[in-house]
Amino acid sequence: MTIDADPQLYSFLPYNRRPKITWPNGARIAVWVAPNIEFYEFDPPPNPKRKPWARPLPDVLAYSHRDYGNRAGWQRMMEAMDAVGIRGSVSLNVAMCEHHPEIIEECNKRGWEFYSHGIYNTRYTYGMSMDQEREIVVDSIETVRKWTGQTIAGWLSPALSNNVWTMDLLAEAGIRYTCDLFHDDQPMPVAVKSGKLISIPYSLEMNDVIAYLTNQCPPRHYGETIKRQFDQLYAEGERSGTVMCIPLHPYLVGHPHRIQPFAEALQHIAKHDGVWLATGREIAEHFYSHYYDQMSGAGAEVKS
Amino acid sequence: MSLPPEYMQYPMRRHGMDQDRYQWSSLTERPRIEWPGGARIALWVTPILQWFPLNMTSTPFLAPGGLTMPYPDYRHYTNRDYGNRVGIFRVLDLLERYKLAASTFVNAAIAERYPSLLRELVDRKIEIVAHGLDMGHLHHSGLSQEQESELVKRSCDMLARAAGEPIKGWLSPGRSQSWSTLDILAAHGIEYCCDWANDDMPYEMRTSGEDVLSMPLAHESDDRMILQEFRHTEDQWLAQTKDRFEVLYREAERHGGRIMSLPLHAWIMGVPYRATYLREALDYIAGHDKVWVATGQQIAAEFRRQAAG
Repeated sequence: MTIDADPQLYSFLPYNRRPKITWPNGARIAVWVAPNIEFYEFDPPPNPKRKPWARPLPDVLAYSHRDYGNRAGWQRMMEAMDAVGIRGSVSLNVAMCEHHPEIIEECNKRGWEFYSHGIYNTRYTYGMSMDQEREIVVDSIETVRKWTGQTIAGWLSPALSNNVWTMDLLAEAGIRYTCDLFHDDQPMPVAVKSGKLISIPYSLEMNDVIAYLTNQCPPRHYGETIKRQFDQLYAEGERSGTVMCIPLHPYLVGHPHRIQPFAEALQHIAKHDGVWLATGREIAEHFYSHYYDQMSGAGAEVKS
Repeated sequence: MSLPPEYMQYPMRRHGMDQDRYQWSSLTERPRIEWPGGARIALWVTPILQWFPLNMTSTPFLAPGGLTMPYPDYRHYTNRDYGNRVGIFRVLDLLERYKLAASTFVNAAIAERYPSLLRELVDRKIEIVAHGLDMGHLHHSGLSQEQESELVKRSCDMLARAAGEPIKGWLSPGRSQSWSTLDILAAHGIEYCCDWANDDMPYEMRTSGEDVLSMPLAHESDDRMILQEFRHTEDQWLAQTKDRFEVLYREAERHGGRIMSLPLHAWIMGVPYRATYLREALDYIAGHDKVWVATGQQIAAEFRRQAAG
């Protein structure tokens, strides 16, 4: 593995000097909601780089806290999205297909997209060989196809664990977009050894796990941050189309003390004109068709 | 470099859970529960009494709220003990004022140290729920089964003597368990346990003896999490408590009775200014008529009666 100061994944392309993006039907902002539908194992094998649970096994509190999402939280999250006609792009620990196909079925029949978030959120790619990591990509593609009929287009590494070759592997396997890069509010080409890959804005700040747990944001304030993030990106979208992502975790947003302000924030977004309520795949494909080549060329002045 | 082959194998990748303690089910797909009197919400007021020994250890981790300063940490020891001397009485006054039944989670050491406090609770017909021995004795997999059994037995015996009746409910200190805790609890007559945070309603957990009912005790919306871990203001505790109640109250109409626990650490919510927020929360809840205020034992018994029928 080479260690470099720069990830060498993208060119410097400043926000104010880019080709203009227009979303379908003249929309100025593409909004996508990405529920992380996850399974955290009770007794996972150890990884050399990361402990799955803070407490010694069994960490019944942390395990059950995550399990809340699959028993009680997902239905509230889904209802808030249904109410405004937002389809999810599911960041899926693909073992969920085996554990809780009932949840997968509910998502699938709503036309939600599935993309891979690894096998389990307690299996990290740290320490894996390329072949091992390739194995989870293949497993993801096959599992999601078998259970949903969909061919995954997107990738968010399990628990955001990456290796320096991960993006190359994804492109090689035909994955179309990654959610692991946070450097932009618009899709961007990712430099890979072969094939093509783009990044789609995913957002740490809008992610409920970062908002509620890392930033310790009160639920009503989280609703407010979503509205303000939207208002700002909506205004900027007049110049060039922006992307807003709301990454979610049903084990967090799905709680009764949190769901209402979140539902209201979605209503705020949905009542605007010029908003494209899209899925990750739809955003990626529109970008590939219209902007990939332009954007790839535009960064050549700086670094490739 | 690569990981051992086991890392790429998933022996528990199967339908349902990856352990055998309980079955998966979806909250909104279960039979309706109808609380007595047509109530939508079973309000379960749950004050918590804790004792943090001055010489407590971090075995295997520091219990939430544990002492963090060099010995002797009078600062945190006394701040926590305040709840047992003063804070709890503010909470009890409010229970009296709103005529609320309650279940109090009690570290067994408190029964020995402050027997008059236990008599006070018992006289008020408040259910005593075991909360382990004290905050320095966590249940974890480093204990032998014998050691943990002794801890459970001792805790339950001390509290049962004070309560004048067997203890039926359990909350582990720090909600921490070993692989065997549930089996040991069942063997000592515990009927419901509040450690697992994965549901808004009760569900049965398998043990080596009788099933133990998992009771839904708020985790991320409890007073200690909101005020001490997340460092939100009391206004925000109040807002989250109201929002939680509102959502559950509304859902109950569609899906059947819900449970609203109200964890109140005496050393946190018993502080004078915080008690004023607690009064506001209780005032708000009192403005709703379809509320059944009950103890954990009553809620568990009613749930089991209907679930079995």
